[in-house]
Amino acid sequence: MNEQEKFRKTVKEVHRILMIVLVFVGVITSLMVYIVVDPGLSLFKSKEKSDYAVVEEVVDEDLIVDGIHVRTGLIEAEGLMEVVNNCTNCHSAKLVTQNRMNKERWEATIDWMQATQNLWDLGRNEEIIINYLVTNYPPVKVGRRATLTGIEWYELKK
Amino acid sequence: MKRRSFIKKATLTSITVLVGTDIVFGEMMPSGYTPLALQDPDPFKMFSKDKEMIVLNDRPWNMEAQAHLLDEKITSNKYMFIRNNGKVPENIDVKNWTITFDGESVKQSKTYTLQELKSKFKQYTYQLTIECGGNGRAEFDPPAKGNQWTVGAVACANWTGVRLKDVLQDVGIKGDAVYIGYHAADGHLSGDAKKEPISRGVPMAKALQEETLLAFQMNNEDIPLVHGYPVRLVSGGWPASTSGKWINRISVRNKVHDGEKMTGSSYKMPCEPVAPGDKVKDEDMCIIESMPVKSLITYPKSGAMIDRGKKLDIRGHAWAGELEVTKMEYSIDYGSTWHMAKIEAPSNRLAWQHFSASISFPKKGYYEVWARATDSQGMSQPMLIPGWNPKGYLNNACHRIAVKVK
Repeated sequence: MNEQEKFRKTVKEVHRILMIVLVFVGVITSLMVYIVVDPGLSLFKSKEKSDYAVVEEVVDEDLIVDGIHVRTGLIEAEGLMEVVNNCTNCHSAKLVTQNRMNKERWEATIDWMQATQNLWDLGRNEEIIINYLVTNYPPVKVGRRATLTGIEWYELKK
Repeated sequence: MKRRSFIKKATLTSITVLVGTDIVFGEMMPSGYTPLALQDPDPFKMFSKDKEMIVLNDRPWNMEAQAHLLDEKITSNKYMFIRNNGKVPENIDVKNWTITFDGESVKQSKTYTLQELKSKFKQYTYQLTIECGGNGRAEFDPPAKGNQWTVGAVACANWTGVRLKDVLQDVGIKGDAVYIGYHAADGHLSGDAKKEPISRGVPMAKALQEETLLAFQMNNEDIPLVHGYPVRLVSGGWPASTSGKWINRISVRNKVHDGEKMTGSSYKMPCEPVAPGDKVKDEDMCIIESMPVKSLITYPKSGAMIDRGKKLDIRGHAWAGELEVTKMEYSIDYGSTWHMAKIEAPSNRLAWQHFSASISFPKKGYYEVWARATDSQGMSQPMLIPGWNPKGYLNNACHRIAVKVK
C-alpha cells in the first residue's frame, strides 16, 4: 500500500516535471521561431509615424491580361519569367519596358550592371533574356522629330 | 549543415506565406531586399504628388510632370519631378544629423550638426531652376538608355539655406581644391551598404557661387523627404544630379570628384559631336556643366480648340543654365515665321523666366505653337532634336502644343 502510494507520487512528480519542461521548451521554441520570422521584433515596437502609406493590393503574381504580365507590365512572351526573376529584383520592370535597345546595347547594359551594380552571373538565362528583350523591346525609328500623338482635344473656354 | 541556410529558407517560407506564392529564385535575392508586394505604396499619396504626374519608375522612384502642370511661377511640391538613383532613406534622425567636410583639400576635416549650420551661417532664399540632365531623353533616335523623360523633369522652387561658400570658408580649404563631391544617406538598389547610388559634385567655381546652397527649406517649408530632407545641395542651372539630396558629407577634392556617376558615361556628353548611334569611349566623354537654353509652354494644355477670330493667350517659362534668356519667340507655321513673345526678368540669377504672348490665327485648321528661347550668348533652341549622345542628355529642342481653330 505504502509502496504503491509512494510509486504513484513519484510518477506524479515526474509527470509534473515533464510537463513543466515541455511547456518551457514550447515557449522557447515559439520565441525562437518568432525571432527567425521577425528578426526586428517589429510587433513589440510602437508604430512610429511613417511617411510611407502601404496600399493593399491583391494581384495574382502570374496574371496575364491582354498579353501583358500584370504585376510587372512586361509583354508575355518566351523568356518572360527569366526576365521577371533576374531583372526586377533590384530595379522596377518599368526601367525595362520604357527602354528600346538592340542586342548589342542590351548586352552592354547587362555587362554594366554586372560590373557595377551587383547583378549576378545570368548563366544560360542571359541568352534567353536578351532574346526576349530584343524581340519585345526593339528600337523604334522616330527620326529627328516625331509627329505629336495622343492629343486630347478640349474646348478652351476663356 | 546549414543552420543559416535553414533559417534563410524558413524566413523565405514565411515571406512566401505572406505573399501567397512562391518566390522563384528567392535564395538569390540580395540580402536587405524586400519583395515589392511587401512595400508597394501609392506614390502620389506617399510623396504628396498630383495624380496627373507620370510615374516612370517605381524602383527607384522617378516621376515627371506634364507641361501644363508646370504653369505656376514657383513650382510647388505636388508638381515637382522626382529623380532618384537609389532608395529614399527612412527614419531620418534630424537631431543627430551631421554634415562632415573632408577630402584632400580641406585644411582639417570638420563636422557640423544641422543646428550649427542653421545658427552659425546667414540664410538666403533663391528661386532656382533644377532640370534633370536627361530631360527630353525620350525623343532621341536611336533611343538612349535610362528613364525616358519627356518634358517634365524640370522645376523652379524657392530654396532656403546657407551658402556652401560660407561653410567652406569656415572649414578652410587649400589652394589646390578643384571640385566638391557630395555623399548622402540614400541606399543602393542592390542593398549593398558599401555602394553609393550617386555621389556627384561641381567644380569649385560653381561651389563658391552665391546661389549654391545647402538648403533646409523648399518653398518656405521643410524639404519633402523625397526631395532631400533634411538637407540638400542646390546648384541651380546645372544637371539636377549635382543638387544632391540627403547630404551627410561633402568632400573637397584636389581633382575632379570620382564618386558614383561622375565616371564612365554618366552625365557626360561626347567631347566632340558624334553620329547617331556611334559608340563613344569613356575617355572621349566630357562632364555636363551648365544646362542649355530651353523653354516650355505651360498654358494652354496641348489640344486646345478655339473659335475662329478668338486670340489665344499662351504662357510658359524659359531658362538657360548659368545664363539668362534674352529673347523669346513663337511660331505657328513650323518656323517659317517667328514672332516675339514677352519675356520677364528672372526673380534672381538661375531662376526661370516667364513668357507670354497673344496669338491670332489666319484661318481655321490644325496648328502647332512652337516656342523658342535664345540666351544671352545668342544660342537658340533647335527645332529638331539636338546632337545625339549615348546617354540621351541635353535635349533642348523647342516645345510645341497642338491647337485647333474652328
